[in-house]
Amino acid sequence: MLKLKKDVVVIGGGPAGLAAAVKVFDNGVEDVMILERDFELGGILPQCIHNGFGLHHFKEELTGPEYAQRFIDDVEDRDIEVKLDTMVLDVSPDRKVYAMNREDGFLEIEAGAVILAMGCRERTAGAIGIPGTRPAGVLTAGTAQRYTNIEGLLPGKEVVILGSGDIGLIMARRMRLEGADVKAVCEILPYTGGLTRNVVQCLQDYDIPLLLNHTVTRIEGNERLEAVEISEVDENLKPIPGTEERIEADTLLLSVGLIPENELSKKADVVLDDRTGGAIVNEGRETNVEGIFACGNVLHVHDLVDWVTQEAEIAGDWAAKYVKGDMRRSDSKIKINAGKNVSYVIPQNIELEDKDRKRIPLYMRVTTPLTACEIKLSADGEELYSFNEPFAKPGEMLSVPLAQKTLNDLGKIEEITVDIIEKEGE
Amino acid sequence: MSNKKYDIIIVGGGVSGCAVAWKLSRYNLNVLLLEKEPDLASGTTKANTAIIHAGYNADPNKLKGRLNVKGNVEIKQIAKDLSIPFKEIGSLVVGVKGDDLSILDELLEKGKKNKVEGLKIVDKEWLRENEPHLTKDAEAALWAPTAGITTPWEFALAMAENAVANGVEIELETEVLDVLTEDGNVVGVKTNRGNFGANYVINAAGLYADDVARMVGIEKIEIRPRKGEYYIYDKAKDFDVNHVIFPIPTPISKGIVVTRTIENNLLIGPTSDPIDDKTDLSTTPEGLEKVYNGAKKLFPDLTLKDTIRVFAGLRAADKTEDFVIEAADNVHGFINVAGIQSPGLSSATAIADMTLDILEDEGLKLEEKKNVIEKREEPVRFYEMSNEERAKMVEKDKKYGKIICRCETVSYKEILDAIHGPIGARTVNAVKRRTRAGAGRCQGGFCGPRVLEILSEELGIDPTEVKQEETNSQIIEYKIKELLGSKVMDNA
Ligand SMILES: Cc1cc2nc3c(=O)[nH]c(=O)nc-3n(C[C@H](O)[C@H](O)[C@H](O)COP(=O)(O)OP(=O)(O)OC[C@H]3O[C@@H](n4cnc5c(N)ncnc54)[C@H](O)[C@@H]3O)c2cc1C
Ligand SMILES: Cc1cc2nc3c(=O)[nH]c(=O)nc-3n(C[C@H](O)[C@H](O)[C@H](O)COP(=O)(O)OP(=O)(O)OC[C@H]3O[C@@H](n4cnc5c(N)ncnc54)[C@H](O)[C@@H]3O)c2cc1C
Repeated sequence: MLKLKKDVVVIGGGPAGLAAAVKVFDNGVEDVMILERDFELGGILPQCIHNGFGLHHFKEELTGPEYAQRFIDDVEDRDIEVKLDTMVLDVSPDRKVYAMNREDGFLEIEAGAVILAMGCRERTAGAIGIPGTRPAGVLTAGTAQRYTNIEGLLPGKEVVILGSGDIGLIMARRMRLEGADVKAVCEILPYTGGLTRNVVQCLQDYDIPLLLNHTVTRIEGNERLEAVEISEVDENLKPIPGTEERIEADTLLLSVGLIPENELSKKADVVLDDRTGGAIVNEGRETNVEGIFACGNVLHVHDLVDWVTQEAEIAGDWAAKYVKGDMRRSDSKIKINAGKNVSYVIPQNIELEDKDRKRIPLYMRVTTPLTACEIKLSADGEELYSFNEPFAKPGEMLSVPLAQKTLNDLGKIEEITVDIIEKEGE
Repeated sequence: MSNKKYDIIIVGGGVSGCAVAWKLSRYNLNVLLLEKEPDLASGTTKANTAIIHAGYNADPNKLKGRLNVKGNVEIKQIAKDLSIPFKEIGSLVVGVKGDDLSILDELLEKGKKNKVEGLKIVDKEWLRENEPHLTKDAEAALWAPTAGITTPWEFALAMAENAVANGVEIELETEVLDVLTEDGNVVGVKTNRGNFGANYVINAAGLYADDVARMVGIEKIEIRPRKGEYYIYDKAKDFDVNHVIFPIPTPISKGIVVTRTIENNLLIGPTSDPIDDKTDLSTTPEGLEKVYNGAKKLFPDLTLKDTIRVFAGLRAADKTEDFVIEAADNVHGFINVAGIQSPGLSSATAIADMTLDILEDEGLKLEEKKNVIEKREEPVRFYEMSNEERAKMVEKDKKYGKIICRCETVSYKEILDAIHGPIGARTVNAVKRRTRAGAGRCQGGFCGPRVLEILSEELGIDPTEVKQEETNSQIIEYKIKELLGSKVMDNA
């Protein structure tokens, strides 16, 4: 068993892990190592060959591989140590990381701080229990994306997509561009799960039908998929009898949700938030376990990689501070509550001392689509201030700043609540 | 076709056919097992509740009753010899408020007749202590400590692998289309891959046993499939159960069971619905609702949020509602092992013993082999190992260092072993049955493309030829640009 000691170990070499490692290094903690189970860095991005990445962070439109490459270059420029094809199997609460690869065999790494950046996985057909058979040709959209864009393999040519998450929308266009007949994208909710720009650019521009309030109610075919039955659903999301329609298809792609990949986190006794599926963190993205940080899709599922990068840089900054002994907790902890129409807010707690910072960004999602709304912050029941938003969708993250000055002026408070209220008459 | 004449051909590579092959492999005989699918154990043997029943429920006057207990006793040694996963966790038939609790006493009596050991009626307090999540309405239960759980496909595969080690031959993707007879004697079978000669043919074709019997003119066997649907849960779930837990049975079914699997997933099901179509393995909203409602009666806290898969299996019930294990009376050399519904898994080795007795009665000489290989080496199961054990394995062979399945921690070397093993895996599901790659919470989302690539490399086939399970279940239909290419040609 190879035993090592590192100041910071980053688990996962996707955009979150890369940006965090670079930030740790730039804060003067150069003994940082990235562990990645895939054969290359970049996480999910190498398979996202479409453009639309980096509009916020780089103010230009990049493809997934291009976006990833910028950070891979940063890692290489700094000679940050990377272990590829290395699967982390276990993390202990006292920050021992256990991993395996073909070159080193079994590794035990004692880490000063650990940054969890393992990304997420897709919800599967089995998890949503679609009635019918279980033939080949039913796969998650992300897996289909990997086959198509990394392996050069096309799952099939008559396609139905269930769920309008971004990956589903992107794959609808991708399969169409490959010459497949994309017959429909079905979404059980009355609105799409993905970004508006993806609905326009991936479906509308290619005349791919989007069927809202529809779901797949049966899968047919014993060996390979032969057809799916779709049905309209009522307001309780129950299929309405009599609305069934049979669509011949050899491929069903599922884009029905992403689940943060927190099996390792649980082994390290990290407490998860039921709403996000990720860790409960403070504003430094530190979990309940001291010295273990989390960022990116493992913390909560992001819509845009730009926000992943922002969050990873925060985690990198604080992990470096932690290792250098510069991280101080205030005597009081402020709880951040998700109030009306808000499904969650990150971070869940504010507890670190940093008088120099100007603001703390709060990230959130709404529970239901809203037009013209107000994001209101209040402290212990007293309204602080509010921000206007032209619209809000569950598929798109929102972010508002909480000013440090406000916190300083408020003195000791228990909690801050974020409500999002639809403005009347607009 | 080969010119070789076998002593015995077994039709069907489910647990019944594999058990017969395994028992026969101890004797100086040429045995061939034919299976129509690309892997063994891919019929009913892959989709059931995986319980080795104690044997109190089956009618003592039926074969089911007699063979179940025998199989239950025998498996404990066999599991050791052949490294078959088996855990004797015991079962409970639970009576709740409002149930007719006298049925528990009846079962106890039936069990005693069937010679089931250790049966006992336990009370409320016992239940609270030993099965804490069980409904508060539970009044009493019949506890059968000898019941256990196994991994059914591994049970079948282990017997088949040991049979192969002892000389049995296996042909996959070989479907018996007809049974050849001459002068009232079996002489062989016709298959999609030519004819094979044999003096005896054993019909262990599961759901299709009536079709195969008809090939020699036997009409009396009639398989009436009964569907059972299930939910399977993630290892991480709301709570664990400690036993196999049944409600009070009805005349046709043991009811919705709540149990854990060998790997500690929770399994709930099955329904019991007669159907017409032997290929109908679909799950239905009605069936799954029955499963969930049934399970909730015993475990009110159960939710569906951690389910990872639904599936269905078909009981190959004969119209007599019993096993039909007998020699044909119209042709010599044809033996039926038909109607092997539940508890077929529990009874498998006893079914095989009975089949061998019949073969002897029919004139086959059973002459014991010398140097029989008794044991099957335990496959490496990385997911069960401690980190120290894993470290040692990687030192031995670096190929263990690469993890292919993240959810179940399956290494590259284990996948290679599955593909190059005694009965090599040729499909993604065959790899899954041997290694658990793809059986976890992401259901192959991560390892699927990797396993497909390894299969294509190791078998020397194109990725578009790799199958999920059956002969026509290719996962990938085209290469990229291929459809565009054909379009251009269409226009030309
Ligand atoms: C299919 C898809 C399409 C998207 N399209 C867009 C888009 O168009 N525009 C946009 O802005 N954003 C898009 N996103 C969002 C953005 O790409 C993701 O939010 C971002 O990639 C998340 O980064 P991450 O580093 O948290 O996770 P990931 O990119 O998933 O990286 C996690 C890394 O951790 C590794 N890992 C996990 N577990 C272990 C372990 N145990 N040991 C070692 N390594 C491990 C994984 O292999 C992976 O490389 C898309 C996301 C997906 C999934
Ligand atoms: C819902 C359900 C729950 C059950 N639960 C339990 C339980 O908990 N405990 C228990 O003891 N038993 C249980 N059983 C019963 C048990 O699963 C079966 O009795 C057992 O698996 C039957 O095995 P088999 O080998 O007879 O049939 P199968 O596994 O179906 O094997 C028959 C094989 O024959 C092949 N075949 C068919 N026709 C041909 C042909 N013409 N040529 C070549 N090959 C052919 C098929 O492809 C198949 O592989 C359950 C069954 C069901 C359906």
